[in-house]
Amino acid sequence: MARFQAVEAFHRLADETVLLPMSFERIEGGRAVISNFVGDFLTVTDEELRRIVELDVAPGDGLYERAYEKLLISGRSQISRLQLIAARYRTRMAFANAGTGLHLFVVTLRCEHSCPYCQVSRRSADKNLFDMDEVTAQKALDMAFSSPSPQIKIEFQGGEPLLNFELIKKIVFWGEERSAELGKPVTFVITTNLALLNDEVLQFSKEHQILISTSLDGPKDLHNKNRPRPGGNSYELAVAGIDRIREFLGPDKVGALMTTTQSSLDRAKDIIDEYVDRDLGGIFLRPLSPYGFAIKTKQFARYKTDEWFEFYKTGLNYIFEINKAGKHFPEFYATNILRRMFSDRPTGYVDLRSPAGIGLGALVYNYDGRVFASDEGRMLAEMGDRTFDLGDVFTSSYEDIILSDKLVDLVANSLTQCAPQCRTCAFEPHCGADPVYHHATQGDEVGIKPLSEFCRRQKNMMALLLDILDNSPDEAAILRSWI
Amino acid sequence: MKPLVLSGRAANTSPGLEQLGRRLIRVREFSYDGLGELSPFDAPLVAQQDQIDWGSNFGSDLIVLRAAVDQTEEIRKPFVRLNRDFDYLANGDLISVDGRTGRLRTIYRRASRYNFFLITERCNHLCLMCSQPPKDVNDDWILEEVCEALPLIDPSTPTLGFTGGEPLTNRDRFIEMLRIAKDALPSTGLHVLTNGRAFADPQVAKAWADVAHPNLTAGIPVYSAVDYLHDHVVQSKGAFDETLLGILRLKNLGQRIEIRVVLHALTAPRLVETCEWIARNLPFVDHVALMGLENTGYAIANDSQLWIDPMDYQASLTAGVLALRAARVRTSIYNLPLCLIDESVRSHAVQSISDWKNAYVEECGSCDERPRCAGFFSSGRPKFSRGIRPIVGEPQIAV
Ligand code: SF4
Ligand code: SF4
Repeated sequence: MARFQAVEAFHRLADETVLLPMSFERIEGGRAVISNFVGDFLTVTDEELRRIVELDVAPGDGLYERAYEKLLISGRSQISRLQLIAARYRTRMAFANAGTGLHLFVVTLRCEHSCPYCQVSRRSADKNLFDMDEVTAQKALDMAFSSPSPQIKIEFQGGEPLLNFELIKKIVFWGEERSAELGKPVTFVITTNLALLNDEVLQFSKEHQILISTSLDGPKDLHNKNRPRPGGNSYELAVAGIDRIREFLGPDKVGALMTTTQSSLDRAKDIIDEYVDRDLGGIFLRPLSPYGFAIKTKQFARYKTDEWFEFYKTGLNYIFEINKAGKHFPEFYATNILRRMFSDRPTGYVDLRSPAGIGLGALVYNYDGRVFASDEGRMLAEMGDRTFDLGDVFTSSYEDIILSDKLVDLVANSLTQCAPQCRTCAFEPHCGADPVYHHATQGDEVGIKPLSEFCRRQKNMMALLLDILDNSPDEAAILRSWI
Repeated sequence: MKPLVLSGRAANTSPGLEQLGRRLIRVREFSYDGLGELSPFDAPLVAQQDQIDWGSNFGSDLIVLRAAVDQTEEIRKPFVRLNRDFDYLANGDLISVDGRTGRLRTIYRRASRYNFFLITERCNHLCLMCSQPPKDVNDDWILEEVCEALPLIDPSTPTLGFTGGEPLTNRDRFIEMLRIAKDALPSTGLHVLTNGRAFADPQVAKAWADVAHPNLTAGIPVYSAVDYLHDHVVQSKGAFDETLLGILRLKNLGQRIEIRVVLHALTAPRLVETCEWIARNLPFVDHVALMGLENTGYAIANDSQLWIDPMDYQASLTAGVLALRAARVRTSIYNLPLCLIDESVRSHAVQSISDWKNAYVEECGSCDERPRCAGFFSSGRPKFSRGIRPIVGEPQIAV
């Protein structure tokens, strides 16, 4: 009979154990979350944290096993550990290889709404002054199709893009032609308030598989207050439009986004009910954007992140109730973070990643041919700040724009992987750089994170989700079902 | 059910057979169609007395008699007469006969879904529950015999397994064997049970990938996500690190990998963590097999360390499968009776025990699920859970 050795024979000597890259964040109740290099979390007590950091752990004590499974420690001579982390990191960051996938065409600045937080639209101004023309559109298409991305998405924006539907049609035709020539798939989205939705738009969208994205801020009074237009019937037009699209194009062809304003903050349930009633398949409880009129009119200063977070928590709890009652209804802010917590699939979300999605993930072609790194960057330019103005479609190529010192600096400077505070933050693997936000609010694309409302919100969000995952099994199961 | 006998002794052999030494034989029945050209390895399988003339004129230097053919006086050729245990042999099956000792082994059965080649008994592990305890002897002849056998196998065979010992003990020759299999059996799924350590050497991983068989899988055991726990089970320090490195290297070359976790008292306590870890770190593997313990070989000797009633890890198994499922990892449960698996994950159970070694107990007689149930190993010394109970009528949740 063979001689078998007892388990102790396979233990490692204490001084052969080493730490792997990790970060931690103290949370309530004398505890801390530790995250490894690829964003797996382990929640421990402060004492356990001390023991891990000082390598005061040994096989069989339970903490060694937990720390080892979470890739926090390794044997000094083990090779597979870092290889595993490297392979996973490579997968997570694969988006950085992809080239610009999202291309926003601002086909007109004109709009028949006059929303107080919007600073870019022009009301009933001269068509020739604020509409994109065909030459500009062709040039923008040249640029979009030179992106190395294996497929591209073209999103029509405004103003109200349906005011220039004639150009949309042409861009779709031209885009489809180029797509066929180059073998590069293209999809289209129209972002519209639906006030001008008509049979022609529906029919055309059906023929070309165009998705419709719209705004729905909540129930009638709230929506109409946020979105004044002649007749005061923005809500009525939006919901009628949503219903028509669902019927004519199919329920998966329309999506809605809400804008959160001061008046939204005590209306979380009403807003969610509206989305449930319209059967919109989920909701993105969005923070208020600090840009444009929101900054100018000081609306943003009227409430702080904590107030928003209370709104978010109320909303999330209400959404849990809806899910418990048997309806699959995800909250998309949480879903986006959870996907990154639970898998290494590269993020497809351009607004929350590092390297930032500005330019690399999305480009904005303004009506006049100027190219911006993001839609918010375009809004800042309208207010006189041209930091994110990268050039124009007439004199620059895709490469010129993407490799411009301006863009490279903005992206490189803001990497969370090396930015102060972010570099050692436990939430960094699931967070993102937001150079436009930090430039707009702090005049610095890196941002001073302890003073950043963005950072505060991100930390709150991730700590909340981790707390639910660790301590509330029923709610945790719901969160997992959204992934 | 009586298990099939795969090796034994001939009932009798003709004088002079010993000169033929060890021979690989593909048997042919009286009517043999659809198996292509005859080869020098073919020999007639004489089923009854009146087929002796046919057998003698077959053109082979040796004939095989079924047990029923008991008058052998007039046979002029070297022959081997089987005993009743080998009655199952049929057209196209492969046996190996040792003319000196009269020993027989069935190498391949065309009718079976579970053809496994043992490649070697040597291994660099000494797993506490090994069902095939390794021997440190030079048995390279086995691999040579397999190389010889592969071209004789029916190319429509759906799958073939290769096991050991550690099949990659003789790495170069084993990969050469895979090339032979690729030529002879391009559409057969090849499943190699290996501890994966050989692939830590990039050249071995590369040579494996270069075989480019369209359906080749390495089934690699990972018993824990903690180094020393895995090393202890396989009794080899450093195994975990090398196996993991092997998995990463192989997958980097786009090769198919199955992770195998055997469930016993040393792996069950952290089963949930192990599954979560696989889901998080190795979601790219093609399959995960969570396998009940076969109480045979070393598992009997190490019973006190290894035995756990599957009822005692049922909840962990459920949670583990759900974690893998959430990560979209294809997951199967092998070797466990259905009544011991929680209903929520029972659909992952596979009727996995080889057909020559599964058995059922009295309770199974009244069980609706028996046709889908893996039952028990008839080999070794099966141990029975307190949870065995027939599943009848409405699906019920085992308690
Ligand atoms: S922004 Fe804040 S939460 Fe995000 S990585 Fe940086 S420090 Fe962490
Ligand atoms: S009673 Fe027998 S046949 Fe039925 S599930 Fe249990 S072991 Fe399988």
